[in-house]
Amino acid sequence: MSPPVPSKILTDDVSLLMVLIDSNPHFWSSIKPHFSFSKFLSHVLAFLNSILLLNQLNQVVVIATGINSCGYVFDSSSGSVSQRAESLLPKLEEFAENDESLSERDDDSGNGVGSSLLSGSLSMALCYIQRVFRSGPLHPQPRIICLHGSPDGPGQYVAIMNSIFSAQRSMVPIDSCVIGIQHSAFLQQASYITGGVYLKPQQLDGLFQYLATVFATDLHSRNFLQLPKPVGVDFRASCFCHKNTIDMGFICSVCLSIFCKHQKKCSTCGSIFGQAQTRDPSASQQRK
Amino acid sequence: MADKQQQVVVKRARHKSSVKDPGTPGVLKMTKDRFTFMANDPSSPVKLNVEFRTIKGHKFTKDGTKQALLNLTQDQGGNYIFEFENFPDRNVCKDFVASAIALSGEAGRTVPEKSAVPIQDEQLSAAEMERRIKLLQEDSDLQKLHKQFVIGGILSEAEFWATRKKLLEQNYSRRPKQRVALKNDMWSTKPLADGQSNRVTFNLTPEIILQIFAEKPAVRQAYLNFVPNKMTEKEFWTKYSRAEYLHSTKNVIAAAAEAAEDEELAVFLKQDDMLVNEARKKIRQVDPTLDMEADEGDDYMHLPIQDHGLPRNDNKDVLDSQYEPYRRSFSQHLNQHAAVVLQGRVIDVELGDTRSVAEALARTKHAELAKDASDVYLDKERLERISRMTEIEDLQAPRDPAVAPLSIKDPRDYFDSQQANAFSTLGDTVSGAKQLKCSVSTREAYCSLKECISEIKFQGLTEPTINSEVAFKVLNGLAQNISSNKYHLGRNPNESILDSLPKITREELLLHWSSIQELLKHFWSSYPITTKYLLTKATKLKDAMSQIYPKLQEIKESVQSDLRHQVSLLVQPMLQALDAAFAHYDADVQNRSARSGERPNGF
Repeated sequence: MSPPVPSKILTDDVSLLMVLIDSNPHFWSSIKPHFSFSKFLSHVLAFLNSILLLNQLNQVVVIATGINSCGYVFDSSSGSVSQRAESLLPKLEEFAENDESLSERDDDSGNGVGSSLLSGSLSMALCYIQRVFRSGPLHPQPRIICLHGSPDGPGQYVAIMNSIFSAQRSMVPIDSCVIGIQHSAFLQQASYITGGVYLKPQQLDGLFQYLATVFATDLHSRNFLQLPKPVGVDFRASCFCHKNTIDMGFICSVCLSIFCKHQKKCSTCGSIFGQAQTRDPSASQQRK
Repeated sequence: MADKQQQVVVKRARHKSSVKDPGTPGVLKMTKDRFTFMANDPSSPVKLNVEFRTIKGHKFTKDGTKQALLNLTQDQGGNYIFEFENFPDRNVCKDFVASAIALSGEAGRTVPEKSAVPIQDEQLSAAEMERRIKLLQEDSDLQKLHKQFVIGGILSEAEFWATRKKLLEQNYSRRPKQRVALKNDMWSTKPLADGQSNRVTFNLTPEIILQIFAEKPAVRQAYLNFVPNKMTEKEFWTKYSRAEYLHSTKNVIAAAAEAAEDEELAVFLKQDDMLVNEARKKIRQVDPTLDMEADEGDDYMHLPIQDHGLPRNDNKDVLDSQYEPYRRSFSQHLNQHAAVVLQGRVIDVELGDTRSVAEALARTKHAELAKDASDVYLDKERLERISRMTEIEDLQAPRDPAVAPLSIKDPRDYFDSQQANAFSTLGDTVSGAKQLKCSVSTREAYCSLKECISEIKFQGLTEPTINSEVAFKVLNGLAQNISSNKYHLGRNPNESILDSLPKITREELLLHWSSIQELLKHFWSSYPITTKYLLTKATKLKDAMSQIYPKLQEIKESVQSDLRHQVSLLVQPMLQALDAAFAHYDADVQNRSARSGERPNGF
């Protein structure tokens, strides 16, 4: 960690930016005709360098989100001198190798793009931020930005919601820039709940302009700016049993887990759902 | 405990005419519409036979106090006090009385708009009813819902309040009334002086006297000491006014001379020792960890130009030290005055009696002093704060980071954000994933990823990073997006489409929405239907909902054409929810009729 900073220099607009980059190879190969990973990286690297230029004390940490693992690939405050963003490239290559080695040998998944481990990288980002919080009374203001394109994995619903709520509690906004084809319900909810910005850029080859206009401002300055607001947020939850997105379902009154079908027992907390057995009217009072 | 449907309660009790009265022992018998009391002693004149219709309320002592009393109050002011042998007895009677009063009240009165009519088989204490009525009076939306459903017979009282227990339990602390503060103008030391005669008039109102006592503790102390022993109040104030006059002339020497002659006057002319002590104490309480850094901007001593700040009076008269105590410092006086005004009114005494005002102020000051002296907690807090500010980092334990408090949001905030749901259907996200076909094996995918990375490593970033035309287009698009959002959703990010609708439509929409929420809540809670009660309830709710349905359609059509789209977007989720409920109900009815075909008993 960098040495403690005297209070005069640590002004309101120093930020710690956690960038979560989607490194799902299936996603990137499926989107290849429109937008390539190299172009994406060049926009993002330029953006990261400009963040580091905005303020001497800004910190940037990049986490790569793969399909089998997540890893830190860049930390601007490591080393004695603040590093340029390009130094993440070798680490990113290493990460891709590692991720590949973790995937099963003969997995020829020609059917659809799987989801990347967004919940894992969100958790890693939040852990890093917690460490910064505990490093002393003076620290930059942290925020998370997700550059994501893979579809939402309904199996990660619970983990992602947990990370969102802990981000909300620690007052860390989660910004989302969705580069995929469709909107991401998870990221919409994340940005709405934590007070971040959600954006789905119309033109991907202008990605740098989007990043610099909307996501580069620090938290203090956001009070004075009007940033794009999404029209609506998809608040639907997914059921815990099949991981489908549902509108109406059953909820355990003890732990608030959601199920799409009537169950005898809650799979999360184990409470047994009572059956209405009796027929006299006085029992109905108790059921309410 | 008492059975709910108890018709008669008979208990031993003593009838008392007042709380202190020992009372006449006897038997108290209560039925639904009247109570009777027969004394044990047949010759006693106490014999009561009172209808509950005349009883308006009941009061009782708390469980565990010396006497188990129940006081039944009448409209005209009469009351009947009964003392019971033990608290369980008393509680049985109390509950019975409550229901009896409610019952007779219901029968006797016509139902006014605002009161909550209890159902017969529910035992409500008067306090509970009062709380409900108060809640209804305070929240007009709740009242509308209540009127619509409970009075309309769709929901019962118990059901309505069953989910609102939290609201009922809040205790409504009385809001403190606004009080008038002290006046800020300092009592002018320029008294009314006629040009002609040598008279100088001072006006002293009780308000001014209060301020004088608050600002100058020495004067207050002198008042308590001198009046009425040494001089009358009028003399006291005359002397005080003389002292003020002398000060206003700024003639320190004359002040010294007069003080030497008149001992009491000297008290007013000298500096206020009590104030000095108070000031010292206050200085000690200042936080030593307060970081007040001075820089060049704070240096007003050596300013080249005299316009900044107060003009310095360099010609200080150097007087003999014997005159020093009689010099009055304006800035000290101003500070003291400001402190007193900001503190506000500390005492609550009537201003007419000067002596009591002085005594009350003296008491307050004493209490403050005593409190400060014994405020160990304050010291501990200060020490903690000092140690925190001058921390030795490696010796300190890590402190927990700040967290946002839990906030449970009002569902109405989410009302407008539901628009997205109107677009998407259930299968949307699943089908979305299928749009992206990845016809490449995993290995190839990773290969291309790594290729891209090495491409950048060797070639560097693309130059320019972004085409200027593209950047321009992006900026335009963003600006348009933001301004159209502003236009549609209002200037204020919190403002919504609702505010641009005419007021009546908006109220109607919100009312329908909250009624639908309420109805749906009860509707879904009554499934699965196992009893006849639930069946009738579900049917009633469904009918109520089907009445609201066409009203929503009407609203959609009645709005102006440019807002129609937004309104239909708002209304859509409500209609969807209603449709789902109707579908469920119909399916259930079909199942039921299919099953009743098998079982001849039905249901």
